[in-house]
Amino acid sequence: MNKLIDLQHITKTFDSNTVLDDMNLYIRENEFLTLLGPSGCGKTTTLRIIGGFENPDSGSVIFDGQDITSLAPNKRQVNTVFQKYALFPHMDIAENIAFGLKIKNKSKSYIDDKIKYALKLVNLDGYERRMPDSLSGGQQQRIAIARAIVNEPKVLLLDEPLGALDLKLRQDMQYELIRLKNELGITFIYVTHDQEEALTMSDTIVVMNQGYIQQIGTPEDIYNEPENAFVADFIGDSNILDSIMIRDELVEILGARFACVDTGFGENTPVDVVIRPEDVELVEPENGTIEGVVTHIIFKGVHYEMEVTANGFEWLVHSTRMFAVGTKVGIHVDPFNIQIMHKPESEDEEAVGVNE
Amino acid sequence: MKAKTTLQKLYISLIFLFLYAPIATLMVLSFNASRTRAKWGGFTIKWYISLFDNSAILQALYNTMLIALLSAFFATVIGTIACISISAMKRRNRAILMGITNIPMLNAEIVTGISLMLLFITLGVKFGFITILLSHITFNIPFVILSVMPRMKQLNPSVYEAALDLGASHIYAFFKVVFPDILPGVLSGFLMAFTMSLDDFIITHFTKGPGVDTLSTKIYTEVKKGIKPEMYSLSTIIFVTVLILLFLVNMSPEGKKKKEHK
Amino acid sequence: MSNGKKLLACPYVIWSAVFIIIPLCMVFYYGLTDKSGAFTMANIAAIATAEHAKALWLSILLSLISTVICFLLAYPLAMILCNLNVNQHSFIVLVFILPMWMNFLLRTLAWQTLLEKTGVINNILGFLHLPTLNIINTPYAIILGMVYNFLPFMVLPLYNVLVKIDKNVINAARDLGANSIQTFFKVILPLSVPGIISGITMVFVPALTTFVISTLLGGSKILLIGNVIEQEFTQTGNWNLGSGLSIVLMLFIIINMVATAIFDKEGTGTAL
Repeated sequence: MNKLIDLQHITKTFDSNTVLDDMNLYIRENEFLTLLGPSGCGKTTTLRIIGGFENPDSGSVIFDGQDITSLAPNKRQVNTVFQKYALFPHMDIAENIAFGLKIKNKSKSYIDDKIKYALKLVNLDGYERRMPDSLSGGQQQRIAIARAIVNEPKVLLLDEPLGALDLKLRQDMQYELIRLKNELGITFIYVTHDQEEALTMSDTIVVMNQGYIQQIGTPEDIYNEPENAFVADFIGDSNILDSIMIRDELVEILGARFACVDTGFGENTPVDVVIRPEDVELVEPENGTIEGVVTHIIFKGVHYEMEVTANGFEWLVHSTRMFAVGTKVGIHVDPFNIQIMHKPESEDEEAVGVNE
Repeated sequence: MKAKTTLQKLYISLIFLFLYAPIATLMVLSFNASRTRAKWGGFTIKWYISLFDNSAILQALYNTMLIALLSAFFATVIGTIACISISAMKRRNRAILMGITNIPMLNAEIVTGISLMLLFITLGVKFGFITILLSHITFNIPFVILSVMPRMKQLNPSVYEAALDLGASHIYAFFKVVFPDILPGVLSGFLMAFTMSLDDFIITHFTKGPGVDTLSTKIYTEVKKGIKPEMYSLSTIIFVTVLILLFLVNMSPEGKKKKEHK
Repeated sequence: MSNGKKLLACPYVIWSAVFIIIPLCMVFYYGLTDKSGAFTMANIAAIATAEHAKALWLSILLSLISTVICFLLAYPLAMILCNLNVNQHSFIVLVFILPMWMNFLLRTLAWQTLLEKTGVINNILGFLHLPTLNIINTPYAIILGMVYNFLPFMVLPLYNVLVKIDKNVINAARDLGANSIQTFFKVILPLSVPGIISGITMVFVPALTTFVISTLLGGSKILLIGNVIEQEFTQTGNWNLGSGLSIVLMLFIIINMVATAIFDKEGTGTAL
């Protein structure tokens, strides 16, 4: 386990507002790690602490075995791609890219080669003499990346880099970033509030809320096995139901008993159950565990999105089969598609969730 | 880190000492019993009392205030109307008009003063209150335009069109939708114009006629014979009044709300 | 756009034609003619006479020195003000405009009281056993008066431009390896050029053309070009000569305006 960056007991407060509370997190070499969460969850602050633009109130930042907590940003082997790009408006593209290299007194031929290489890498050859404000948002974004990577950082920090782009461009850039990451072979730490971006690109996702880490895992883990209701709700659509764990492998949802695969919750314990809409199977009324009526239907292209009222709950259902509004249906869920979670005992616990 | 901020605070304090020391001096002089400002003759408030018997100073104060108020008002009206039109102009026309607007700002006051003096002589206008007022409106308009124009640029044109779309007349749409948005710019333009007019000496010096004085020109004529101490007390009263007004505005519920928001 | 909106410009267009353009033309008319109305360059050539040339030279020198001092004082101040995190932009503007509510002539006169041989400053210096300062009625006092009066006009444009620089652009420079000095010279300073230009204009022009500060603080012996022109108009009554010298003065102002136009492409100015 080679930890490249290790954040230990980081706490940060702005004007009596605690943004990060005793956070612990490590990042492995060559990892594409995404900090995901709603605004104000502390993800950007975490990034700025790694970049050196904020000093934590307590705790330390270990980089490659060395404590860099109070090291100035210009002394760190990380580079940042800023929100809204932050290109130098008074320099042309080549000067922007050359900025870091000139500071390090690299030779002119080295710098020229690097500019050429970086522009090729981001598919903007020939843009050397353009000014930043003559470029589109997507192009400025690529230049911001080029400007950072010519310095050969060990870690690239990206602060919502695609936030200002439109949907199509955002999707293209996601593939572009994955390609860049593979070509460069360096660590990416990526901040976003967009769960789809996080699921598409990351090796590891860190879900954050209100200054606490909620869950760390691969995109598959996070999506299929959310550890609490917050994660389940934040990642994708889901049906979250108040339920009672009767005993191992049996849960009572809305008064009906469902077989499941989870064990160790005790008997007659209140729990939260998460069922993804695509895991809800609609069958003939007599074949289902619960009976319900279709109340809404929208065609979404790849599937139909339906709402089914059953035992007083509005179930969200994705299915390729169509059921007209008013149809009586049965609801069936395979045991391994039922995700059982502990109920939080207090708000605090909900926020703490897991710390590794 | 701490030493740095201390140094910064010291620097700011020194600059403010530099800016406000003369003001403090004048305030002290207004309580000086001695008639010359060279020596301290003990504390007195007699200049504050005799001020109200000095009709020449009171007349100058009246002229100054009236000119400042009227010129700021007319400049605000003309300037704001001009802004509406300028923002709708083609690039080239706008550039020309903004260029002309910049002339009184960038040109030397003495040149503006003598140019207006020559104009009034040629037109045969009798020098007096009116010539001062016209001159002050002239140099005040650019301040209004430069403070309203940025607001105008930030304005979303669709808002005005939406109002028209919903059945408002042009005038109704302007006063209900556009004006509230540019109001802060208009107010700060007015205030700026008022201040500039109040503080002006040079242009007034060239465009005033005999017998009409503002505070500035009155002080200038007194320089050689010695400033009347009542002038110090009047200035102190004006300054303190403004200070109190600003304080009240900042302490008002609205001002407070703004602060708490931050 | 609608014709209605175009018509709204009329009052201002007429006003600026009558009170800005025509008066300026009159200065040129008077400056290029003699008392009988015949064309002459004599009024402009008069700048070359020893007395006038000396006054112009002194004006340029003092106003340049004042501008440089204002810049050196104002730039660090503007940077500190930006970093103060005072979200109240208007408050900072206010603090610098507030002194204007005390009459400009009185404020300048107050420096006489402060600077005199037995004035406040010398009393303090004497008390501290430091050498006394005798600069009243010298060019130094005039420079001090200029810096005092025009410093806010340097601070405000600088503050306005500095406060608008995207903090992330500065962070980006740091991120790319620049130390604070490199960041300043490579990023902050170049980005503040419009404010510098506008500040220089707003200090240099009034300093170059003043006649009040030299009258109040320079005694009656030191003549600046502004004093010469003022005397031609209010005492000697030679408007032609006064206008001719004003044209020379405007040459310098025009040079300044051109520089401003080149650097301040926005066209709205950063002064306010």
